[in-house]
Amino acid sequence: MRVKISIEPFDPWFEARAYQDAAGQMAGKFGALSLFVGTMRDFNEGDEVAGMTLEHYPGMTEKALEKIVQEAAECWPVLDALVVHRVGDILPGEPIVLVAVWTSHRGDAFDASRHIMEALKSKAPFWKKERLQATGERWVAENTDGYLKSE
Amino acid sequence: MSIKVRYFASLKERVGRSEDNVSIAEPLTADTLWRQCVPELPPPEQILVAINLDYADWDSLVKDGDEVAFFPPVTGG
Repeated sequence: MRVKISIEPFDPWFEARAYQDAAGQMAGKFGALSLFVGTMRDFNEGDEVAGMTLEHYPGMTEKALEKIVQEAAECWPVLDALVVHRVGDILPGEPIVLVAVWTSHRGDAFDASRHIMEALKSKAPFWKKERLQATGERWVAENTDGYLKSE
Repeated sequence: MSIKVRYFASLKERVGRSEDNVSIAEPLTADTLWRQCVPELPPPEQILVAINLDYADWDSLVKDGDEVAFFPPVTGG
């Protein structure tokens, strides 16, 4: 299990592949890999967004993410898991977060990765500040439930 | 006795600084610590507390050498 904070842009597909290849003991053991990638949009709450800065609490961030991954491993039979999260200045189209979970069976992979992502959204100490195209900067007040709201 | 107090994100901007170093005579609650460090601003609603990198309550006790952080709801992911 590993969590990583990245100040630089990262390629989630490379990260997952490299981690899987390095974990040789998993070969032949896992039947499912669930990958979630969260990516920065160029719009939010009706406004065009030019970029964002992600602040975090070094030390607590890693500790919180490790605890979240451990919780998932205690609830589902997780063979391995990887979480990568960007911090610093981010542009639209760049990945913000990767959650990868390897399990024997698909149900556990889906459920554990969803749990990790939702817990990260509510517990891990990151804060987004958006740079709007039109009207300066604003802090994102809170995370949503993750579904498109119907007008 | 000395305690490091840290502020993050929008709260850091409201308080006007990222940290305080506070001397205390005896253990006190996070709530009392806030009022001592930021007397001009009542604890804002929804503000969260962490002590030594773990979430805590406003009535949790803070002691010598602890690191306390106050921050708004998290918005990562």
